[in-house]
Amino acid sequence: MKTSDIGRSVWAALAIAGVLFALIMGTLLVTSWKMNWLAAALLAVPMAVLAQAVAWAAQFTCRSNPLGKSDVWRTVLTHITAALVLSYLWVSAGWVAAGWVDSMLGTHTNYKLYAELQTRLYGVGFSYYLLGVAFHYMLFAQKASQEAQERALESSIRAREAELSALKAQINPHFLYNSLNSISALTSIDAARAREMCVSLADFLRLTLGMGEKAVIPLREEVGLLEKYCAIEKVRFGNRLHIEEEVQEDAKDCLLPPLLLQPLFENAVVHGIAQMAEGGWIRLRAARNGGRVSVSVENSWDPEAGSSRKNGVGLRNVQRRLEARYGNQAQLEAKAEDDVFRVSISFPAETEKSK
Amino acid sequence: MNGAKRKWKAVIVDDEELARKLLREMLNAHPEVEIVAECGNGMEAVKAVGEHRPDLLFLDVQMPKLTGFDVLELIDRNGVAIVFVTAFDQYAMKAFDVHAVDYLLKPFSRERFEAALERAKNQEGKKPVDPAELAAASRPTGQYAERIVVKDGSKVSLIAVSKLDYAEALDDYVSLVSEGKKHLKQQTISGLELALDPALFVRIHRSYIVNLERVARIEPYGKDSKVAILTNGAKLPVSRAGFGRLKALLDDKK
Repeated sequence: MKTSDIGRSVWAALAIAGVLFALIMGTLLVTSWKMNWLAAALLAVPMAVLAQAVAWAAQFTCRSNPLGKSDVWRTVLTHITAALVLSYLWVSAGWVAAGWVDSMLGTHTNYKLYAELQTRLYGVGFSYYLLGVAFHYMLFAQKASQEAQERALESSIRAREAELSALKAQINPHFLYNSLNSISALTSIDAARAREMCVSLADFLRLTLGMGEKAVIPLREEVGLLEKYCAIEKVRFGNRLHIEEEVQEDAKDCLLPPLLLQPLFENAVVHGIAQMAEGGWIRLRAARNGGRVSVSVENSWDPEAGSSRKNGVGLRNVQRRLEARYGNQAQLEAKAEDDVFRVSISFPAETEKSK
Repeated sequence: MNGAKRKWKAVIVDDEELARKLLREMLNAHPEVEIVAECGNGMEAVKAVGEHRPDLLFLDVQMPKLTGFDVLELIDRNGVAIVFVTAFDQYAMKAFDVHAVDYLLKPFSRERFEAALERAKNQEGKKPVDPAELAAASRPTGQYAERIVVKDGSKVSLIAVSKLDYAEALDDYVSLVSEGKKHLKQQTISGLELALDPALFVRIHRSYIVNLERVARIEPYGKDSKVAILTNGAKLPVSRAGFGRLKALLDDKK
């Protein structure tokens, strides 16, 4: 069900409730209060319509007091106040309607009858508003769970895409072929290092393949993957590549979508380090500040290298995956300042235990 | 010259040390080849080729600042047999195939290396490819040069195409005007035209290409011709056909 469908179902519910309200009120007025059919109908119909307006208005107070997020007493107080005000307005409108019925039919009885009904009607208006509140809260909850479902679905699709693009990244010229060429060179120069590099490459492939299956992994695992990736690139670039890592201990348990940071490192290598003859550095920082995790990947780069920033695609993917998992709770910022390119992201902290 | 006793001078260019070592190792099996220089980037390569005048040049394609194609544009290629060495790059491979330049795909076998070396040795005397065309063919369709490399004496300059005002044909050279400076480059104006994005640059005359963003206005000049006034005050002749192209482009932008 889409949001527009929800809007339509609200209108349908209000219409049905309106008709029922008018029928019940009209019948009661005739049977219990001996009002004549015409007068009962003339009074019940506008009152029923207005009652729906009261129920409909409840959505605004509900929206400004979302359950579980706002203070309980404030919420209760708001709803009681709104119930009193709206039922007073509703009953007052009923007075006008009763007077109008009398003047139309040339009678005086209905106005008097209304005076007798008044206290009960306050009760009806009050309860009807509360019914509206219950209805809207239910609707909101349903909507939220739907959105959560959609987000979960999207998140798993993005994770698949990331796995796929991480796989593709390994089959691209900058990685697999160059790594194999390094191994080829090492076999005669330094056989032990050649073997080491084969193992690193295999480890990296294995980790990447396994990660895409999970929705989230602890940061420590992602960092482990990045270390493997860097170990491989370090063989290629030698002392042209410097890695710095400042990952705080308490951030390591925090969960994040797998392979979220790997594309950022790859961009740093392809657009940063590989474009600088004298080499450069990549710095990973991660910290937990209470309820949030901030991670930044910085690299030195040469603004004049004229490397077309094809990494737009990689960044957009990271952004989309963050959105898919955290909605508007996550932030991504990419900035080039002088000779430093920095991508900072922050998202809500979750751990295996808190889940 | 006796082929058996001949010495070959070789230059190796690759930004990765291991890749250079690998080529050196393979060349070591050939005592007739002497490695006169190993270069870690394009600038060094341009210098080394000028200094040593090698017979063989092993040239990596993806390198910082100057790519292998840039290096090719900046050196005197007479008598130099070039073997490109690259990781998988479908566009570069297509370009090599089209221009029948030999290349090695990383990682390569000794057999493949030997074949490339043999071919390079026999390549002497063949007409060298036009590097601008090779570079153009190595770009995916719809992508154009982002910068132009120029050698002024021993200095190499990179001109961002966005900073190029206009180019003028001068016999075998083009004069590139950018930020108040003129740079001479050995290239045909048609070759340059191929490299530039036709949505941003127009050939307004047989001898002129202009950056569309620099055109302030067009004024009539004489009876049949027109002149383009640039934002920096320069006046360039506009031919009848050039005016048609210019007008079509400006209409498209509206």
